[in-house]
Amino acid sequence: MNIPFYLIAALTVLGGSAAVLLKNTVHCALALTIAFAGLAVLFLQLDAQFAGFAQILVYIGAVAILVVFAILLTRGSETPKDGVFSHTWLAGLAVAAAVFSVLGWAVLQSVPGLPYTPAAAPIVTVNDIGKALMGRYVLPLEIVAVLLTAALIGAVIVAMHEKEGTK
Amino acid sequence: MFATLDQIFVLFKQWLVGLLPAGLQPVAGVLLCVVVIIGLFPGLFALTVLLERKGLARIQNRIGPNRAGPFGLLQPIADAIKSLTKEDIVPLSADGTVHFLAPLVLVVAVFMGFAVLPMGRNMVLVDMDASLLFFFAVGASTELSVFMAGWSSRNKYSLLGAMRAVAQMISYEVPLLMSSVAVVMMTGSLSLVKIVEAQNHYTWGLPHWYIFTPWGFAGFVMFAIAATAETNRSPFDLPEGESELVAGYFTEYSGFKFALFFLGEYLGMFSISGLGTTLFLGGWSAPFAFLGWVPSWIWFFGKLMLSICVFIWVRGTLPRLRQDQLMNFAWKFVLPMTLLNLFVAGLWRFLGDGWQRWVVCSAILVLAYVIVGRVEMRRQHVGPRSYRYAE
Repeated sequence: MNIPFYLIAALTVLGGSAAVLLKNTVHCALALTIAFAGLAVLFLQLDAQFAGFAQILVYIGAVAILVVFAILLTRGSETPKDGVFSHTWLAGLAVAAAVFSVLGWAVLQSVPGLPYTPAAAPIVTVNDIGKALMGRYVLPLEIVAVLLTAALIGAVIVAMHEKEGTK
Repeated sequence: MFATLDQIFVLFKQWLVGLLPAGLQPVAGVLLCVVVIIGLFPGLFALTVLLERKGLARIQNRIGPNRAGPFGLLQPIADAIKSLTKEDIVPLSADGTVHFLAPLVLVVAVFMGFAVLPMGRNMVLVDMDASLLFFFAVGASTELSVFMAGWSSRNKYSLLGAMRAVAQMISYEVPLLMSSVAVVMMTGSLSLVKIVEAQNHYTWGLPHWYIFTPWGFAGFVMFAIAATAETNRSPFDLPEGESELVAGYFTEYSGFKFALFFLGEYLGMFSISGLGTTLFLGGWSAPFAFLGWVPSWIWFFGKLMLSICVFIWVRGTLPRLRQDQLMNFAWKFVLPMTLLNLFVAGLWRFLGDGWQRWVVCSAILVLAYVIVGRVEMRRQHVGPRSYRYAE
């Protein structure tokens, strides 16, 4: 495509591979953030402002923070002596390669099947997305909201201390 | 004449860029604006530090810096030379790369916020459709740099400060966003330029700023509280409470990196004040119709400095909160009020013009404020403080 795309793609791939290859868990989380940022910039390059900024806001601002908090609160961020890699990494690699090849095969096979009509990319503003969310897709949105609220309440109940003596 | 003065920076930029070949002009125009932003706000930072030290000294009945230059006016220069020439110490056990990157990430993320603030008529670097979303997105990435600083220092005070800072910033980001959503609802746009234009109308010579409506006033108060917490300013300065945590997440930073953190904190204050000005105080529009001839950028920076002065005033007045008070305040008072404010903003929109909507909206907000405040205060046991170990 063009040079910025390749630069961003390389950065994203580097961040993603560093996230699985680095030994220190917090370093992995920070590398994952680079991959998130790269994805966000890719969205922006496709003129998808809402998706790009929401990616930064949600993934870098919340998910990455959640990941590092989880790492720090559950166990020490010290790297174990014998490494963090599983002993069965060869089998894992085989499974991952198999899944990737199936997905790649499916993608490559499906492209010629579609009638290719080069149309101008639709200009979708944030305004349009908002109107669609509040109009046509309001029911799915509300269902997701109820689901998330239920998950939130469930998490609070799971985390709540059982008070002795009260009820 | 006044129209020229209003647009003087825009015209100057056009003239300067016009000297270059046509192919370079778009890039040069953007670069010029970036250079101006990068030069202007650190200059303002130096001024503000002096103002803050002098103002705090006045509030606390001290004299403040008065040795460097007349009335201590050269103090910022002395500070800058000091921080540039100090030794840059990295703790032996620190995580070198992350320790180095943290202040850079902070300053870069904070500077990016200025790109979308309209600082005067036609004076905005990027006028995009979703500029408010952009502002909050880059603001959210400062949390990560705070965490990076605290974690990489390998110091318990740093880590505690970072945990406090991140918890606080996440908690107060929700009300910050929610109070801005009311403005977006009324304007019907996320573009900061359009938000300012929507407020730039006058009735009987008085402006249509959002702060002069019930929901706008409530929203502005919530926004100001959340913004103070978001910038870790007193009374929400727990992450760097010097009596508890040495300096919080930047305890292990010295020399220029420390200066970068300091700069990042003040730049965050400028950008959030600029956003508050844009959302609620009419941005660059004049406070009275007959003052419309004064250049728009004077109004923007005047309002910005006014909010900075309020920040300093609050810092000199209020004591620091406790962690539980901080969280209770965010989740049990500010967040419900901002949610109610969204509802009130919708009501305001659909009640139509007339005096009824003023009465209804104000009544709902005042009632909610009183009731929530009463209920919350009843749970607090206000009285003489009891000490467990000190007596």
